[in-house]
Amino acid sequence: MTRQTILNATHRAAGAKMVDFGGWDMPLNYGSQIEEHHAVRRDAGMFDVSHMTVVDLRGARCREFLRHLLANDIDKLKKPGKALYGCMLNERGGVIDDLITYFLAEDWFRVVVNAATRDKDLAWIEKQASAFGVKVTERPELAMIAVQGPHARAKVLALLDAGDRERVEKLGKFVAAEAHGPDGMPLFVARTGYTGEDGFEIIVPEAHAVALWNALAAAGVHPAGLGARDTLRLEAGMNLYGQDMTEDVTPWEAGLAWTVSLESDGQFPGRDFIGRAALEKQKQDGVPRELIGVVLDDKGVLRHGQRVVTGKGDGEILSGIFSPTLGKAIGFARVPAGVHDGLKVDIRGRELPLRMVKYPFVRDGKACEGV
Amino acid sequence: MSDIPGDLKFQKSHEWVRLEDAGQARVGISDHAQGLLGDLVYVELPKVGDKIEAGSGCAVVESVKAASDVYAPVSGKIVAVNEALADKPETINEDAFGDGWLFVVKLDNPDEMDALLVPDDYAELIENDEH
Repeated sequence: MTRQTILNATHRAAGAKMVDFGGWDMPLNYGSQIEEHHAVRRDAGMFDVSHMTVVDLRGARCREFLRHLLANDIDKLKKPGKALYGCMLNERGGVIDDLITYFLAEDWFRVVVNAATRDKDLAWIEKQASAFGVKVTERPELAMIAVQGPHARAKVLALLDAGDRERVEKLGKFVAAEAHGPDGMPLFVARTGYTGEDGFEIIVPEAHAVALWNALAAAGVHPAGLGARDTLRLEAGMNLYGQDMTEDVTPWEAGLAWTVSLESDGQFPGRDFIGRAALEKQKQDGVPRELIGVVLDDKGVLRHGQRVVTGKGDGEILSGIFSPTLGKAIGFARVPAGVHDGLKVDIRGRELPLRMVKYPFVRDGKACEGV
Repeated sequence: MSDIPGDLKFQKSHEWVRLEDAGQARVGISDHAQGLLGDLVYVELPKVGDKIEAGSGCAVVESVKAASDVYAPVSGKIVAVNEALADKPETINEDAFGDGWLFVVKLDNPDEMDALLVPDDYAELIENDEH
C-alpha cells in the first residue's frame, strides 16, 4: 500500500508526475525537472519532504543515548536549536542511515531519518534507547517542506509572524527555531537543506501544510520534485542513502569520514559509539575502497551501477546524473583506495575516460574550481 | 489525440516513421514517449551508412531519469542523422514529431511500413497505457 503525504492532492492538481519512492507516492517533477533544478539554483524552490520520518527522543539520558547511537559527536551541540548531521552505524561499522539530530532541550532531541529506511531505523533506535530510558515517539502528524534557493529565506521570512521574523532571519546555518507562519500556524524552521543552497526546512503540523505550501507558491516559490532534488544534492556533493552508502559500507568508504568523531572535545573522550571498534580496525588495517567525485567530459550520462575500470580492479558509479548546472555528467564512484588516475566508465560497452575531481561540484550556483 | 500527425506510422515501443521521397523514411520517438522520459539530456545516434534492422536497438535516448533504447521500426541503411540533437537533445521534448527527428533511413523493404500502427491505433495504445 503506497503512502501519501498530506500534500498529495496538491501535487496532483499541479500536474505532478508521481512515482513510488520508498513506499511513498511522491512528485518526480511538475513538468520539467531541469527547470525546477534551475529555479532552486537561481531563485527559490520547494520540496514536499513530508515522507521523511520525524522522531522525538525524550528522557533525562537523551544525550548519553545519542553519544552511543551516533558516529558523530552529539556534544558538538551546545545550544538548543543546533543540529548535527551524521550516521548511525551497525556493529560492523556499516551505515544504517544518515540523519539530522536537533538539540531542543537536554531531555528532548529530534531526529529526522530517511523514509525508505523508516522501519529498520525505528526498530534500531528503540532497541538502543531502552537501556537509556529514552522514549522514542514518531511524529507522523508532522509534515515537512524544504524551501531552498538564493531567495528562499527572504520568501519564507515574509510569511512569518512579524514578531518572529528577526529572530529567524538571524538563525545560523544548521540551527532551528520555533516560529509562527500564516494565520499563526506553528512552525519549526531549520536552516538546513539538501541542495547546496541556503534556505529552510520547515516542519509544520499536517493540518496547516497545504495552507503553507499554497502561501509559499503565492510568494513565488516554485514547486520542485524528487528528480530535481537528486540532481541538486549531487551537484552539492551530498550523499544519498541506499546509493552512496549502505549497511555494508563504512563512513570511511563513503566519503563520510568528516561525520565521524573518534576524538571528543567534550567530557567524554573515547566515546563508545556503536561501530567504533569496527571503524578503528578498518582504519588500522587500511580502508580498501573510497568514494570519489568524478566528471565525464565526453558526452553521455553517468548512472548508478555503471562499472568503473581502474588499474587496481573494478569500481562502480554510485550516484550519477546529468548536471543541469554544468551541462555534463557528474557522479560519485566507489573505487579501490588510492586510484585517482586512468579511470574509465563502461557505458553500454564503451569505455569513456573519467576525471576525478574534488566535490562539491557546484557552489553558489556556479561550477567549483577544477570541475 | 488530434496532435498526432496523420502521416506517421508507429511502433508499439513508441517510435514514429514518416515515409518520404525516394524510398526513404524519417524516424523519431513519439511525443508520448518524450513525456514519459522527461527532460532529454543525451542522444546516441547511429552513423550514416550503418545498417539497421527492424526490431533491433539502433539508438539510445537518455533523459534525466534513465537511458532508453530506440528500436528500429524498419530495416535499411542510415542516410542522415539529426546532428543538432548532440547539443540540443531537448529539441525532442519540444518537438518530438518535427525538429526532434532522430535519423533518416533508406528502406530495404517498403512493405515493412504496413506492419506498423496507424495514428488511431497508436492513440488507442497510449490511451490504454495511461489507465
